[in-house]
Amino acid sequence: MIETPEPDLRRQAQPPSMTGSVATRVLGSIGLAAAAVMAILALWISPADAVQGDAVRLMYVHVPSIWVAYGGFALTAFASMRVLWRTRGGIGGTEGVIADRQARHWDRVAGAAAELGVMFTALTLVTGSLWGKVTWGSYWQWDARLTTTVLLFVTYLGYLALRRLPTESRARARRSAVMALIAVVNLPIVHYSVDWWRTLHQEASLSLGPGGDRNYTGEMYWTLLYSWATFTVVALWIGMHRYRVLRLEELAEEAALEELLSVRRGEHSSEPSESDR
Amino acid sequence: MWREIWLICRKDLTVERRARVTLIQIVPTVLLILVVFAFAFDANPSLLGAGAGGLFWVAVLFGTVLGAKRSFDIEAEGGNLDALRLGGLSPAAILWGKAAALAIQMAAVALCTAAGLVVLFSVTVSDWLLLVTAAVCGTAAFSICGCLYGAMTVGLRSADTLLPLLLIPVAAPVLLAGTRAFDVALGTSADQGWSWTALLAVVLVTYVAVGWAAAGPLLEDA
Amino acid sequence: MALLDRFPALAGVDLSVESGEMVCLRGPNGAGKTTLLRACAGLVPVRGSRAEVLGYDVVADRRSVRRHIGMLGHRAPLYRDLRVDDQLRHCAALHRASDAEASTAAERFSLDGRLMEVAIRRLSEGQQRRVALACLTIARPQLWLLDEPHAGLDCASRDALDDLLGDAVAAGATVMFATHETGRARVAAARQVTLAGGRVSADPGVGSSDDVA
Repeated sequence: MIETPEPDLRRQAQPPSMTGSVATRVLGSIGLAAAAVMAILALWISPADAVQGDAVRLMYVHVPSIWVAYGGFALTAFASMRVLWRTRGGIGGTEGVIADRQARHWDRVAGAAAELGVMFTALTLVTGSLWGKVTWGSYWQWDARLTTTVLLFVTYLGYLALRRLPTESRARARRSAVMALIAVVNLPIVHYSVDWWRTLHQEASLSLGPGGDRNYTGEMYWTLLYSWATFTVVALWIGMHRYRVLRLEELAEEAALEELLSVRRGEHSSEPSESDR
Repeated sequence: MWREIWLICRKDLTVERRARVTLIQIVPTVLLILVVFAFAFDANPSLLGAGAGGLFWVAVLFGTVLGAKRSFDIEAEGGNLDALRLGGLSPAAILWGKAAALAIQMAAVALCTAAGLVVLFSVTVSDWLLLVTAAVCGTAAFSICGCLYGAMTVGLRSADTLLPLLLIPVAAPVLLAGTRAFDVALGTSADQGWSWTALLAVVLVTYVAVGWAAAGPLLEDA
Repeated sequence: MALLDRFPALAGVDLSVESGEMVCLRGPNGAGKTTLLRACAGLVPVRGSRAEVLGYDVVADRRSVRRHIGMLGHRAPLYRDLRVDDQLRHCAALHRASDAEASTAAERFSLDGRLMEVAIRRLSEGQQRRVALACLTIARPQLWLLDEPHAGLDCASRDALDDLLGDAVAAGATVMFATHETGRARVAAARQVTLAGGRVSADPGVGSSDDVA
């Protein structure tokens, strides 16, 4: 996944002060170069659609975004499962320390992946409504996919909000892991109910629109696939940085804790045998 | 286990019997929602009649948000949840006891909402069995969901404002399916009412399963 | 070490208590007394150290120990909307105690007929504390953790509380309480442990408590 979960019990002598590394630099360069190529492919090389004209080019952002977002949410769910597994009770001693580290690792993975997912879902919604404005004449349609996507977006927005609330880190990790898993279990229900709702009540006339079920062939197909690869690389790159920022935050907190501890112990010596009357 | 669930449920219902928060705060708020919607639709009888099914579920959903908040407020106050944990209750018993009590209270809210719809919007029922089945499944699903998220946010700062954001998107399928089933039961649509009710039942079963799995991680720590 | 929202409330407490002992925690406000009590109850996670309560390792698993513990914090853990008799009935059901035990506990803290039917939120702080103590009596824990139990109580109730703690210790339970009280015989007889800055600053050691009948 994003970083090896192998426990490293040795404390790093010099904590990292930045989020960049050889891996992210390489990945970032590849991502940027690929994005440039993608712009050329999407804007010039691939043909305009017979019906929708140039608007179809939005697809190369719109569709890969939601794929990457789905990947992010799937990773969040997987990481959340690991968090719950590693924070269950009854792990003590050295094994407990390792479990705690792994839980923190997976909690950071879950957080970073969910942030990516929300960001790319937002991108999908924005490009989708722009595309909708061009092809349908309105920004929004109560189409099954749009409705499901916006519910997905709001659900994970709530997840991120829950993560932000300050509590003890372990309790927070467990709480948000449960929420992420509920969101995943709920997703198919949302999908099918909304799908059913729209197909029963409105003709699904939107096959031309965002995410429609048209079969794209030739250059369009390859461009789409290429965009997806590009988006994945870029998402991985951002995700690694995000993960490391979260880790740095934790390290900073731990450093602050050491300081607080020594201050706290100082209280002890400065107030000898408080009689407290 | 059943003894523990009953213990929590009876305690919550006694709290309600003494304080009557559901009866004198939540029910009036829910009825107010009906009135406010009449303003929004310019008291247009045909519009109001057509939207009555959906309105019922929107009102009950907001009632559930308030009820779930209240249900866990009394636990957060003065360390009552700690006392339950120290009493050796299993997290699942706490969750299901509270969910049962909330479901009973929300059933009362749903009844009052239905009465309000009949009086204010002159709704007529064409299929009672469908109506009652859908109402029971939907209200129970809302209550379990409300308790899950109530447990998730209990004792957190700004939990009051967070709860609706978490609860409403998850409850959306119930809202949808309940509305469709009610439209059929109220005779405003010729949809497959029983299929929608079956979906409600599926959702209910799913939430029961999720509740069993999630109670431990949610209520043991924190 | 125990954290309260990122603050190290306990910074390495070295304390060992025998069963059947009565320990009095002293120290200035913010010394970590409350956190120590909560950590013993398994309600606050303990990190980076060893902690064993009633034979349970509370670092690895802080859930199993909970059922053997009775705790009274700063605020009484009561449902403010319930009446006193509702609350006592709830406690009795929770701890599988009989009605007779419940009424004995109520008598002990002179919760009589008139008071029984009053909503808890209408009671004064001291009265609420008496209800909470009656609930603890019903629970019959093995380890009593009390945070300033005398605060707000009248003279008769303080005596009742001291008797209760004496009975608990006599029955083999362990009692640990934090207090600023000085004049009381029972309090003075307990082993006096002083906390400061999240650590133990003075402790006469195991078995230093005098036996007071």
